Amino acid sequence: MLTTNELILIFGMFIVTFAARYPLLVMVGRIQLPDSITRALRYVPVAVLTAICATAVFMPKDTLDLRLENAALIGAIASILIAWRTKNLLMTIGGGMLVFLLWRALFGG
Amino acid sequence: MGTVVAESSPINETYTPRLAFLMGMRDTLPMILGAIPFGILFGALGISAGLSPMAVIGFSLFVFAGSAQFVGAGMVRDLVPTPLIILTTFIVNLRHALYAASLGPYMKDLSQRWLIPLAFWLTDETYAVVIRNYQEGAPHAHWYHLGSSISMYANWNLCTWIGILAGSQFKGLAESGLDFAMVVTFIGIVVPLIVNRPMLVCALVSGLTALLTNPLPNKIGLIIAAVAGIAAGIIVETFQPTVKEKNA
Repeated sequence: MLTTNELILIFGMFIVTFAARYPLLVMVGRIQLPDSITRALRYVPVAVLTAICATAVFMPKDTLDLRLENAALIGAIASILIAWRTKNLLMTIGGGMLVFLLWRALFGG
Repeated sequence: MGTVVAESSPINETYTPRLAFLMGMRDTLPMILGAIPFGILFGALGISAGLSPMAVIGFSLFVFAGSAQFVGAGMVRDLVPTPLIILTTFIVNLRHALYAASLGPYMKDLSQRWLIPLAFWLTDETYAVVIRNYQEGAPHAHWYHLGSSISMYANWNLCTWIGILAGSQFKGLAESGLDFAMVVTFIGIVVPLIVNRPMLVCALVSGLTALLTNPLPNKIGLIIAAVAGIAAGIIVETFQPTVKEKNA
């Protein structure tokens, strides 16, 4: 069963996630948002998602790993190139995973 | 978002709300395929992080935000205090406010009966699919939106349950490296967004800061990196009037 701490965690995560999704959906179109807020918001996806990826790619075992044996690094480079050339999400996911899994099987990173 | 692979839908007088709903489901199919390994892995990783099966199910039922769920489960594994996990969840999901701001003008005539569930179901994937449908002025666009939302939600929760079961059967699943699916998914979302120098600087500063702050406790580096990236983007934009005009 759920522990109290898990219950608090899920409830808290639900509230803050809904707080990110709902208010602007209702307010925009009725209230004019300050220009500074809309400008800052534009950078949020790139900033957050890059921060999450950077450690997973360059520090797969919590320390900086720039060796060619680092399959995450090679897989990430491959998927960046695919994403840049094709702009296709499915190709990026499929191609990146394929390179990552092959590289890891071959070089054991 | 520049990642839309959905096809545009045929619009004529036989285009009913029901058909719009089904079209929304159909156009979301590529995103669903991408979310399947992601959802299964979340189920398996959540259990190996020390969450109870009910909590893993609860994450997907009530939070319904893939990347935040992964980050949150990782923080549970590292015994990060609950308030910090909740704060990090907010930062990670703040990008949904951008999607909400972009969708808002098209949804301003909808009642709360529509707005509340569609807001709860807002994801990177559904946003990428439905925004074009709204921009094209398609009729019954909220039904199309509902079809996309419900199919993503049903798939995500189903995959979470499969992952919980699979994780208990195949012990290696959580360490299989399939969590790299999250990294390539985010790369596929981020790369098309880097359309000018401020965005590029934002990504570089955010990534570099994340690496430098990684040794800090409680994964607080993630928040510092995100704030640094946003600030860097705004600063570069401010000193580049041509880019500012183009984006305004």
